[in-house]
Amino acid sequence: MRQPKIIIVGGGLAGLMATIRVAEMGVPVELFSIVPVKRSHSVCAQGGINAAKNKKGEGDSPWIHFDDTIYGGDFLANQTPVQGMCDYAPALIDLLDRMGVMFNRTGEGLLDYRRFGGTLFNRTAFAGATTGQQILYALDEQVRRYESEGKVSKYESWEFLSAVLDSNRTCRGICAMDLRSMEVRTFPADALIMATGGVGAIFGKSTNSVVCTGSAQSALYQQGCYYANGEFIQVHPTSIPGEDKLRLMSESARGEGGRVWVPKQLGDKREPNSIPEKDRWYFLEEWYPKYGNLVPRDVATRAIFKVVYEHNLGIDGKPMVYLDLTHIDRATLDRKLEGILEIYEKFVGDDPRTTPMKIFPGMHYTMGGLWVDFNQATNIPGIFAAGECEYQYHGANRLGANSLVSCIFGGFTAGPNAIRYAKNQQTAPGSGHFDSERKRQEEINAGLMKSEGNENPFRLWRELGELMTKDCTVIRYNKNLVRTDAKLVELLERFRNINLSDRSMWANTSFAFTRQLYNMLQLSRVIAQGAGMRDESRGAHYKPDFPERDDKNWLKTTKAYFAPDADEPKFEFEPVDVSLIPPRARKY
Amino acid sequence: MAETKSVLFKIRRQGSPNEKPHWEEFELAWHPGMNVISSMMEIARNPVTRDARQTTPITYDSNCLEEVCGSCAMLINGKARMACSALVDNLEQPIKLEPLSKFPVVRDLAVDRSVLFENLKRVKAWVPVDGTYDLGSGPRVSMHEQEEAYPLSRCISCCCCMEVCPQFNEDTGFVGAATISQVRLFNTHPTGAALKRDRLLALMGDGGIQECGFAQNCVEACPKDIPLTRSISEVGGSVMKQAIGDLFKR
Repeated sequence: MRQPKIIIVGGGLAGLMATIRVAEMGVPVELFSIVPVKRSHSVCAQGGINAAKNKKGEGDSPWIHFDDTIYGGDFLANQTPVQGMCDYAPALIDLLDRMGVMFNRTGEGLLDYRRFGGTLFNRTAFAGATTGQQILYALDEQVRRYESEGKVSKYESWEFLSAVLDSNRTCRGICAMDLRSMEVRTFPADALIMATGGVGAIFGKSTNSVVCTGSAQSALYQQGCYYANGEFIQVHPTSIPGEDKLRLMSESARGEGGRVWVPKQLGDKREPNSIPEKDRWYFLEEWYPKYGNLVPRDVATRAIFKVVYEHNLGIDGKPMVYLDLTHIDRATLDRKLEGILEIYEKFVGDDPRTTPMKIFPGMHYTMGGLWVDFNQATNIPGIFAAGECEYQYHGANRLGANSLVSCIFGGFTAGPNAIRYAKNQQTAPGSGHFDSERKRQEEINAGLMKSEGNENPFRLWRELGELMTKDCTVIRYNKNLVRTDAKLVELLERFRNINLSDRSMWANTSFAFTRQLYNMLQLSRVIAQGAGMRDESRGAHYKPDFPERDDKNWLKTTKAYFAPDADEPKFEFEPVDVSLIPPRARKY
Repeated sequence: MAETKSVLFKIRRQGSPNEKPHWEEFELAWHPGMNVISSMMEIARNPVTRDARQTTPITYDSNCLEEVCGSCAMLINGKARMACSALVDNLEQPIKLEPLSKFPVVRDLAVDRSVLFENLKRVKAWVPVDGTYDLGSGPRVSMHEQEEAYPLSRCISCCCCMEVCPQFNEDTGFVGAATISQVRLFNTHPTGAALKRDRLLALMGDGGIQECGFAQNCVEACPKDIPLTRSISEVGGSVMKQAIGDLFKR
């Protein structure tokens, strides 16, 4: 049998894990990434990774982890794959431990676990408050080992533009652009695994990294992949507002005992430390006595919005609340949370060990993504997807510390599944599809380079971000969503008048960004229209005009597909797999 | 009324590796919370120099913007540091931005730092696990050992330590502090130690650890406060021991 070749796009946790699995099975991998893979966005994950190992004698189990995840996701996730993930999570922790991830330890030298949102168990393994970084590095090191053995070829500083599809609409490779020479090239492959992360940039400022534009997913959606549950966007309750981005302040701060509060009195001008207990409102603890500060993110975010916008309470008239760690001793904070304390100190200038932090919700995670089946395969034969870029593990809301486990598990299973597919693959009818795809992409490039309009892509992006943040995040109204989609059409119209102030053909970042921007605009319509259609409230999707979950009409997956002639999304729906846990009301 | 405050930037531009560099100045309106990256984002939205000339957005590497991905290292007022955490209010003006000087310029402030990743291959900076299958838990690691190792594993590969090292240049071919510190990390890991000898051998000879001139600039420049000089002295000791041991085994 012919030796197959696999292409993996994206070098975060999902992409690296898939790479390791494929290389380990002796199949050559070409790994594409915009940035050196060690600089991928997974590096930003802070608090930890979930696995029900029950190391604190609390009676935790993979089944309870599964139940917490389904319940936390408001019953929108297909249950079979989620159960698979929760069952395998303990083995993944062991694997990472063997790879040398410097998890925090107990006195006996075993892994330590802490609390996280949406569960009552200490289930989260952690490496200080830089768990994503530590795990990404461990996988990066294993991939470097395979690279040095010649089993993996990296294409860093290359951007995925599109899949190469043959006349049967089967994937035969990819078309990519060298971000230095701007050369467009095609690369054949027997199977493709996409692991390209979330879509934060669509919201302008988010906790995501610069590369998280969703451009690759959008390109595939425009080529015929289904995009599922696009309307489900997680807004993290605690981020640090900033000029260039919203910096995450990990849920682990609350997992270790951090408390959220506001001054009870409107416009209280006192320094937080001089406000006595009786003048503070610990609203999460008051409203949710069982889970307190560790309610799931959608619940905490809405609570903060309510306090700030309905009760008009914030910090000195500004939309912010306090996240307070000052009651926890310094040694514990340094041992368990140093990474995030350092971020706050460096970017805000205050020491959170002695001063409560000022935080506000910020766009954080993309629950929706490329539609995949239980084998991580998209609807286009030969294209698989894993990690944040696909939709299947989190339903309507992701629980904290489940993202790392879902990325790793997705990559872990996608790798062997892609090989199995590739080995049974028939040869392509002809090979003209490579040339034609390359030409199609080169024409797009030439068009952008020639465009003599007056629209600056970065200003257009800012408008997009403000629009999407305002109407497509925490609180959604149909009237505004209709307006948003109309505005998106207008932005797409204006995109035709784009003007690249840089027309050079070397390391032209504006050019690469402008291509991404077009894809962001197309995908934004999937988010806005999906949100518009779903007349209910479920997990992170909240409509005050439809405040209840509506299982009768909406216990179903949204599947958007691109209609090229209409140049807009069309929608289908499919039932959710609820074969293991019957849906029940979600009340924390 | 006070005048609207402004912020002055002086940025070294270079269109491609072979082009001659030149300087451009930009004047931006001040607002609270600005950092070097947010300022360059602003320039991209309005790429006009101080003398009202149309120009191109600045090319630079960046990703996480919270000083953990290691992308945006550059020289800011002559100092090697991360641009995302360089707050404008703490910088003297005009704020001078230049690419790191010890790495090939790709364009403007973006440089090619792949040498570090090559060095990490050379010293086998990984734990040689048997495979990804479910083989049970890893080795016991005491709290104390974890607390020693964790800071080393927070290296973000920004290459600031190499930029400031007088010995890191083409003549010596010195691997630099970051790589040596990773050798210490993997040699102290119970499973990683299996490759200890290979790593120490890789640090012997030209470009190896003996090129270190103890200037100690590395530890000063490290944005993550990694104890680099301690790593160098510990690994230096191990290399010496290995070399002597090997000598007597002949």
